[in-house]
Amino acid sequence: MGVKLLLDKAHVEGIRYYDVYRREGGYRSVEKALKMSPADIVEEVKKSGLRGRGGAGFPAGMKWSFIAKPEGVPRHLVCNADESEPGTFKDRYLMEFLPHLLIEGLIVASFALGSNATYIYIRGEYAWIPDILEQAINEAKANGWLGKNIQGSGFDCEIYVQRGAGAYICGEETALIESLEGKRGNPRIKPPFPAVKGVWDRPTVVNNVETLAAVVPVINMGGEAYSKIGVGKSTGTKLISACGNINKPGVYEIDMTISVEEFVYSDEYCGGIPNGKRLKACIPGGSSVPILPANLLFKTAKGEQRMMNYESLSDGGFATGSMMGSGGFIVLDEDQCVVKHTLTLARFYRHESCGQCSPCREGTGWMEKILKNIETGKGKMTDIDLLWDIQRKIEGNTICPLGDAAAWPVAAAIRHFRDEFEWHVNNPELCLTQNFGLAHYADAREVVA
Amino acid sequence: MAEEQKLFKVTIDNITVEVEPGTTILNAARKIGGDVAPPAMCYYSKLKGSGGKCRTCLVEVAAGSTADPRPMPKLVASCRTTVMDGMIVKNITSERVIDARAGVVEFLLLNHPLDCPICDQAGECHLQDLSYEHGKAGTRYEFSRRTFEKHDLGPYIQLHMTRCILCYRCVFTADQLTNKRVHGVLDRGDHAEIATYIEKALDNDFIGNVIDVCPVGALTDKTFRFKNRVWFTKPVDAHCGCDKCSGQVTLWMRGDEVFRVTARKDEWGEVEEWICNTCRFERKKVSDWTIEGPTEVSRHSVISQGHYVGITKPAETIDKVMGRKPQLLMDIHTVSGVNDPNVDLSEIEGPAHSDDFKKQ
Repeated sequence: MGVKLLLDKAHVEGIRYYDVYRREGGYRSVEKALKMSPADIVEEVKKSGLRGRGGAGFPAGMKWSFIAKPEGVPRHLVCNADESEPGTFKDRYLMEFLPHLLIEGLIVASFALGSNATYIYIRGEYAWIPDILEQAINEAKANGWLGKNIQGSGFDCEIYVQRGAGAYICGEETALIESLEGKRGNPRIKPPFPAVKGVWDRPTVVNNVETLAAVVPVINMGGEAYSKIGVGKSTGTKLISACGNINKPGVYEIDMTISVEEFVYSDEYCGGIPNGKRLKACIPGGSSVPILPANLLFKTAKGEQRMMNYESLSDGGFATGSMMGSGGFIVLDEDQCVVKHTLTLARFYRHESCGQCSPCREGTGWMEKILKNIETGKGKMTDIDLLWDIQRKIEGNTICPLGDAAAWPVAAAIRHFRDEFEWHVNNPELCLTQNFGLAHYADAREVVA
Repeated sequence: MAEEQKLFKVTIDNITVEVEPGTTILNAARKIGGDVAPPAMCYYSKLKGSGGKCRTCLVEVAAGSTADPRPMPKLVASCRTTVMDGMIVKNITSERVIDARAGVVEFLLLNHPLDCPICDQAGECHLQDLSYEHGKAGTRYEFSRRTFEKHDLGPYIQLHMTRCILCYRCVFTADQLTNKRVHGVLDRGDHAEIATYIEKALDNDFIGNVIDVCPVGALTDKTFRFKNRVWFTKPVDAHCGCDKCSGQVTLWMRGDEVFRVTARKDEWGEVEEWICNTCRFERKKVSDWTIEGPTEVSRHSVISQGHYVGITKPAETIDKVMGRKPQLLMDIHTVSGVNDPNVDLSEIEGPAHSDDFKKQ
């Protein structure tokens, strides 16, 4: 059983409410933090090695230290709760069951960054969660953790919940800022970065829900102790939302020292593949990261065991590795069709592209149309190379990472499952009624045994 | 006394230029001119906040600055990236840039109707120039192109949404010239469209300028629609004593008929001064104007055809950058001796024969 820092109290009856949360040791980190100086808190977070949990994995302490501090200009902290990545639902779990943990983290982070007005930008589809958060905010306020002069420290802080209108792109930090300002959610062109010019042109830090929640254990146990959990640069614990063809889908907290194989097959976590099926592929970090076939999922190209942490999952680059991403762990068994799966993702990105820059606006739609042809048996062999060329021209040439996110799944699917695409082209009628199956991407476990 | 501002040295395609700090790579390249200047479909120096969207101006930064000479990993939008001292930029000398740009042109043309034969913009269309200079001959797109419902923007401006490349220039123009927000983008992704909210007419004294900033034929002048091809009309600089604007315009004339009035544009196709709707749409008689003389026209433009005086020659930089003449697809003289430039036909007696050329 691994260490649990975020979800250890998740099953306590009534933890959603202030009284229970406080009784279980809640808001201790705020008490501790208010006695520290803001710079010390940033230093502590730096020491902890806490990495952003939203996808990119940028060290949170570094991000905080970049914030510009011009005289007389207010600074803001924005919590990115626009969790829209297909396959990722860890923030939803945190906010729904442990709203006070997020509020606590937000107060500490606001104090460290000097933000007197902090915003939670929450995805529109999470229609019932803002009420939970607002109730938690009101409870915290009634007990003196928010508002004017928090706990007699002289620090004022208000937290506002802002609902999005259901656009994936608003999870990109600059698009989120635009949307928060009441404008169309188009990503801004960087530089200037939000740390210099963010919400209303004021210095802003945008952090993921889980990152901010993780600030609580960092302060409670100290950065030094936090950095000892996990492995190398993957410190602390990470929430993984597992879904797809597994026996026990759900949100799991891992301490990054377990292997991917253990995560998929152990009863403590996913509990294996249902109905005795074999594993075909897995997307380890949310829909936008490259898909990995079973043989590369458990073992890296070097033959080492692949672990559930930032470094190991990205071992081998995009050629033979993937990314930790936002922790949306999607498992595909042998009955799943990779072409259809890629089409579903391409359709999603086409729908969610903001339409601001040309490669993403036009390229995502084009990829979807070609994939649809291949999937329905109308594809040509040249279409596969064309797809490869399109994704290559989108990746890296767009304003925001949505272009990359749209290109990577297609690239990885062709890279690892090209024979399946070719089978679709060669068997236009068969592919409508039958799936390609496992082919030579056998389940690594079977091969070893 | 103010301290003398240090100029930044930036090398673009092997040509070094000194510019003020805060200049973008694109503007530094425009200072050099010619082929070194990246094409820009969405950037407009007169519009605050424009640029960064079309991705045609992508360049490779081979060295960030003297202090930090690391190259930038991705291609950057030159219109929104400011220069650093000692920066080395590769534009047409970079294979990556040429490839990415061809990709962007392909993307831009993907859903473009290519209805140039009936488009009023043809002949002065930036997308035509762009695809001619940076695009590929064919398309790999096999699907039907997207279409839109028609929006009516009032009596003067015609919107053809199918031709739009979503550069947002007109949105910025409408935002920055008018007090109220009247004109914007509806929807998102590949079905995003330029429109006014619920079919409102664009009604402002200066709104006609959206026609001039549009790089393609998405916004055209209803008073000029289908009247003439732009290359048959002659641009003439003229002015009038207008009480709303500067009155400095270009008249597009054929004979003594004024077909169209536009604002004056510089060599990058950007409006020099905004003009009002009265000048643009109402003053269509020669007697309304004081004519100054023919407008300078860039030689590459089709408008310069037909023995037009006052043609300017663009700066040629290919020699300097690539160390060679512009490449021909095929030098005809390598396979055929006919019309060998070394042979003077007038010196040959009688009809020329292939032997005459082989003698050389």
